[in-house]
Amino acid sequence: MSIAITMTVNGREVSGSVEPRTLLVEFLREHLRLTGTHVGCDTSQCGACVVLMDGASVKSCTTLAVQGDGATITTIEGLANGTTLHPMQQAFNDHHGLQCGFCTPGMVMSAIDLVARVPNPTDADIRKGLDGNLCRCTGYQNILRAVKAGAQGMQTGMGG
Amino acid sequence: MNAPVKTVGTSVKRTEDARFLTGRGRYTDDINRPGQLYAAFVRSPHAHAVLGEIDTQSALDVPGVAAVFTGADMAADGVGGLPCGWQVIGKSGVPMKEPPHPPLAVGRVRHVGDTVAVVLAESRNAAKDGAEALMIDYDPQPAVVHLADAGAPGAAQVHDDVAGNVCYDWEIGDKAATDAAFEGAAHVTRLDLVNNRLIPNAIEPRAAVGEYDPADGSYTLTTTSQNPHVIRLLMCAFVLNLPEHKVRVVAPDVGGGFGSKIFHYAEEAVVTWAAAKVGRPIKWTAERGESFMTDCHGRDHVSTAELAMDADGTFLGLRVRTLANMGAYLSTFASSVPTYLYATLLAGQYRTPAIHAEVKALFTHTTPVDAYRGAGRPEATYLLEKLVEKAAREMKMDPAELRRKNFIRPDQFPYATPVALTYDTGDYAASLDRALELSEYATFAERRAASEANGKLRGVGFSCYIEACGIAPSAVAGALGARAGLYEAAEVRFNPTGSVTVFTGSHSHGQGHETTFAQIVADRLGVPMANVEIVHGDTNRIPFGMGTYGSRSLAVGGSAIVRAIDKIIDKGKKIAAHMLEAGEGDIEFKDGVFSVAGTDKSLTMGEIAFQAYVPHNFPHDKLEPGLDESAFYDPGNFTYPAGTYICEVEVDPDTGHVTVDRFTAVDDFGTIINPMIVEGQVHGGVAQGLGQALLEGCVYDDEGQLVTGSYMDYAMPRALHIPDYRFDFTCTPCTHNPLGAKGCGEAGAIGSPPAIINAIIDALGPLGVDDIPMPATPHTVWQAIQAARASTAQAAE
Repeated sequence: MSIAITMTVNGREVSGSVEPRTLLVEFLREHLRLTGTHVGCDTSQCGACVVLMDGASVKSCTTLAVQGDGATITTIEGLANGTTLHPMQQAFNDHHGLQCGFCTPGMVMSAIDLVARVPNPTDADIRKGLDGNLCRCTGYQNILRAVKAGAQGMQTGMGG
Repeated sequence: MNAPVKTVGTSVKRTEDARFLTGRGRYTDDINRPGQLYAAFVRSPHAHAVLGEIDTQSALDVPGVAAVFTGADMAADGVGGLPCGWQVIGKSGVPMKEPPHPPLAVGRVRHVGDTVAVVLAESRNAAKDGAEALMIDYDPQPAVVHLADAGAPGAAQVHDDVAGNVCYDWEIGDKAATDAAFEGAAHVTRLDLVNNRLIPNAIEPRAAVGEYDPADGSYTLTTTSQNPHVIRLLMCAFVLNLPEHKVRVVAPDVGGGFGSKIFHYAEEAVVTWAAAKVGRPIKWTAERGESFMTDCHGRDHVSTAELAMDADGTFLGLRVRTLANMGAYLSTFASSVPTYLYATLLAGQYRTPAIHAEVKALFTHTTPVDAYRGAGRPEATYLLEKLVEKAAREMKMDPAELRRKNFIRPDQFPYATPVALTYDTGDYAASLDRALELSEYATFAERRAASEANGKLRGVGFSCYIEACGIAPSAVAGALGARAGLYEAAEVRFNPTGSVTVFTGSHSHGQGHETTFAQIVADRLGVPMANVEIVHGDTNRIPFGMGTYGSRSLAVGGSAIVRAIDKIIDKGKKIAAHMLEAGEGDIEFKDGVFSVAGTDKSLTMGEIAFQAYVPHNFPHDKLEPGLDESAFYDPGNFTYPAGTYICEVEVDPDTGHVTVDRFTAVDDFGTIINPMIVEGQVHGGVAQGLGQALLEGCVYDDEGQLVTGSYMDYAMPRALHIPDYRFDFTCTPCTHNPLGAKGCGEAGAIGSPPAIINAIIDALGPLGVDDIPMPATPHTVWQAIQAARASTAQAAE
């Protein structure tokens, strides 16, 4: 059995036909070939798959594609404005908040969601806010610096 | 023309970030091929079982399943076993045991997750459905899981022809001299310890895509590897018996490795072999649960250690006995980790004159154990630095001063240790002093009193680590049993319009080579960084490569690039001499300009490159066109990064919860190219060390079931766990490579666990706690506090 779904992904209306068990991340990666969203675990712990669904962060590995029917989705590919990075992306570059880059898309999407909820996050807010995102490379310290700078950049609309 | 600004030594922002930050990274699982089938591996649910009938039809009946293969199919094609790349020779010249390791199990499974069959299907889900449907008869057998049991009489045998499960029984150092040192000692400090087993957990799960092109009989394997050439060599020569020139191995963007992606894994060989078998590309991506069961684990040592001292604390001798877990099969470099990467580091930063170490490596019915960030050196450092700190407590000496008293002094380099290594350079007191200052050790007592006033216990712990990196001088490695050379290769190619493409055998999976290496090339050739591209991870594009591990990329791979650059400059001088009608010996090269000494005649690097490719008036008998040079660099010695880490913890005695309040790291990595990237490497390494010390521990139950098989059960460090660090560097440049670089990738993971555990023991000392195992979870610490209190109360009665 297949189910027809339609959603707006990074500003573009897309539709597809999926098995009921298809995960949102499978739809993004395999149907739409948006491979920026990653899968790092199978227990909804690592956060590499975080995307924004109607403005709020969700783990796309534990969201069914059919749950996204009619929704507006933003992935890491949808953040930059042409060649101008989103302030949070820029802040990760400025503060060496990434190494291998695999957790980075989820980390950036979670950080954007955090700042949307807590515009001027403290260190403690950020540590707590990123509890659902694992990074094995950076030791988080530079991610913390990046998110702080990214939050400021989002306030002023500037790069971090 | 002004030469570009030099960037070596400055924190240039990473060029590779742009693609990772915009979702354009290209990892193995992002790659799809027309007509590909998806592979799902069927894995043993038993730690040990005899394999009975496998009913492949049960899986073939599932819609979408195209093929099922088992170990029998591979054996019928003459496929060999996964090899081990390092032969350790044990006591009395007995070589290590190397039992066969077929990519798909034959006859018997030997650990939970052992690979039994592969199901190929039109979709990922169909492959998984097929794998679930595959009927396999297992006859479960008793398993041996823990090191303490593996060598016991009557223990279950992992391999029929490996008596007592002993892979090797090995020793290093002078036993007689060490025994004599102990006889003359005024004090001996003894310690039993376990180095906890860890699961590497790079966030990108392993993946592989196999392709076969019948047009020319060639294969392509795209895989999550730290060293694609090594994989090609091992897979072609030992497993699939394919000619290397017909096999391309690509390691595109790789999402972290930490050692776990060095090794040649079964799945790589299976997808490559099966692609030809079915005539379609085969794609496999591990689920995290598979990563837990099949990525090689790390550490897992049980040791006893004794340190002999004279009355004033001078070290006289060190005696170590270690049991090391190999798991069920010998992985690619498994045998070298508890021997030449471990026991050779037991001298640490000290002048201990006599050392003897015995290491017995045992097979168990568990996942193979191999190199994990630090590989042997964290185990050596944890043992030595915990032992030295205990000695300081027993001798009632300041732990910093006991260390300082025994340090190898700067005027003693090069320094030959009693365990086979010769340290080229270092200044251990310099990093200790800087760390004492940065950590505000002088005012520790005040902070301890303040914590006490809040009902908390504060402790401070030290770790003065050393590591042997820049792996490795091929002659030394070969003499010690390595079956490969451990040089690195590079090619530097000028394009006609002046840009430079650099091909390196090192592989970047987070280390930032595309930036750091470009800084070196740009500075040395006088071209803008933007005109330099670093290419890595493809056996068809790069001349050769031994890959990235053992903190070797800059020291060995970077040095190979420098050697190739030197050849480019030499060739450039020849071209300049011709163009400027001067003698070659009169040509000087500086900041991207070739000039004739004492004149104003000059040509830029770009002009030389253009002439090299448009050689309209070259004397063809004397000057070849082109500007493209390659070099192999074989290091003259290991490099020896070293440093001091100081940790302060606060322990809540009611809950056992440990807070790392401040962590100070002062490292000597020799010459640093990009401080931002180096600091990031230390951040990550310390986080992994903190994980080992406080959170992470792989647990098997007595039947060999992996209890910590997911992120729900295996505690990974998260942002909440990691303190802000205090950092600085000291510098004694490496004396034997052209960059003066020592390597920085593993230091954090090597140096941090003993500092953290020593700090906890220091904090709990007043309660009578004298040891804490890793990981020091709140439960573990709380139990130790309760036990100490009970014992104190009992003594009082």
